Amino acid sequence: MTDSVYPERDDSIQQLEMELLLEAVFRQYGYDFRNYNKAHVKRRLVNRMQQLNLESLSELQHKILHHPQVLAMVLKDLSINVTEMYRDPAFYLGIRKEVIPILRTYPFLRIWHAGCATGEEVYSLAILLKEEGLYDRSQIYATDFNTEVLETAKKGIYPVSKIKAYTLNYQDAGGKNSFSDFYTARYDAALFNPELKKNIVFAEHNLVTDSVFAETHLIICRNVLIYFNRTLQNKVLELFKDSLIKGGFLGLGSKENIMFSTVQDQFLITNPNEKIFQKKIL
Amino acid sequence: MQAFEAIVIGSSAGGLHALKTLIKRLKPGFDIPIIIAQHLSPHSENYLAHFLDQLNTIKVKEADEREKILTGHAYIAPPNFHLLIENDRTFSLTVEEKVNYARPSIDILFETAAEVFREKLIGIILTGANHDGANGIRKIRLFGGLTIAQNPGSAESDTMPKAAIQTGGILKTMELEEIADFLNSLLS
Repeated sequence: MTDSVYPERDDSIQQLEMELLLEAVFRQYGYDFRNYNKAHVKRRLVNRMQQLNLESLSELQHKILHHPQVLAMVLKDLSINVTEMYRDPAFYLGIRKEVIPILRTYPFLRIWHAGCATGEEVYSLAILLKEEGLYDRSQIYATDFNTEVLETAKKGIYPVSKIKAYTLNYQDAGGKNSFSDFYTARYDAALFNPELKKNIVFAEHNLVTDSVFAETHLIICRNVLIYFNRTLQNKVLELFKDSLIKGGFLGLGSKENIMFSTVQDQFLITNPNEKIFQKKIL
Repeated sequence: MQAFEAIVIGSSAGGLHALKTLIKRLKPGFDIPIIIAQHLSPHSENYLAHFLDQLNTIKVKEADEREKILTGHAYIAPPNFHLLIENDRTFSLTVEEKVNYARPSIDILFETAAEVFREKLIGIILTGANHDGANGIRKIRLFGGLTIAQNPGSAESDTMPKAAIQTGGILKTMELEEIADFLNSLLS
């Protein structure tokens, strides 16, 4: 960052510029980051500003409004695409042991993976459902607001260099087969079995601005709510509650919770460590 | 004299022992909030918070998202998350890319803390084998905060305090015990 003799003044101006920029992005393009936690958004925007050799966030706003390719960069900056297969294996073990036995009682399953990014966790779940014999009666909706990451997700091709770590995760998550049964390695790429995609629909959906998705039995949304302020967290949790059938399950990230939210009383805690909750039947 | 409102500490290799020495020596009733980014294996449980919590009256816990920063508490960044400070003095967490090969990144904690606490912040760099925290130290100085490095000569790993000192942003270089005594002296 550039040193300044007046960090204090610059800082309050930058705060204002950031709010105006987010307002402009929302009004012009419909992407609403106004209720995201500010510290993170500011860091990402300032990084982008510096990479483009711009002087201020106002200049970045100008570029965003007049050059759609800059908007695409900023959308990528603000969407978190750091993920891995069976990330937090204990979560998937919890799904396998505590959620699958109940899902098994339904003739047909609708599952929503919200904020799926590049899809690693969607394929993880698809494999788990196959192993549990539930895949063929499941429909998985994998959504993200960023269409660029969805394209990657649809391909189901991941770097071979990561397979070793994914294999360990798979085993820790209670995997029942050899992980290599599910992909074909060629050069430096691992292509996941296209059969896994048969019942997955990848679709654009924005949690902040779009509405109820479907009558689902399980919603997985991990490490998305941590970016939102309380108001937006509540709004999205209400959306999840309304999208779940009675008795449906919600799986959040390890540092996310429904405690202190407006839906707190409408869920039971299935697994407190892995943040798996069940909508009350009432 | 300026009343400090928060202390941020960054530590890496050798940090467990250094943090123990430092926190154990703080006086009962030490109440300036302490926020720690210690590099840990992504799979470690909240052992560190538990371990440091035994040492004295300071309540040590892992930082939760949206949690309010309170006096008399020390907070540890959860393994595999970046820890950021928001303007309303609450925590937020992210899982964005590693910075300086680390998550939590000391730079991210220090830089966001500097913007919120400004001249009322103390930033401390302890032992470590990388350069994380150096940019954060510069930013704390830029906003008028106080910056301290553990003496590289006696640090278990000297790279991190040296890198911080090389930025020119470090005001005091001290032994661990001296850092604790200095912090205690701020109380009376």
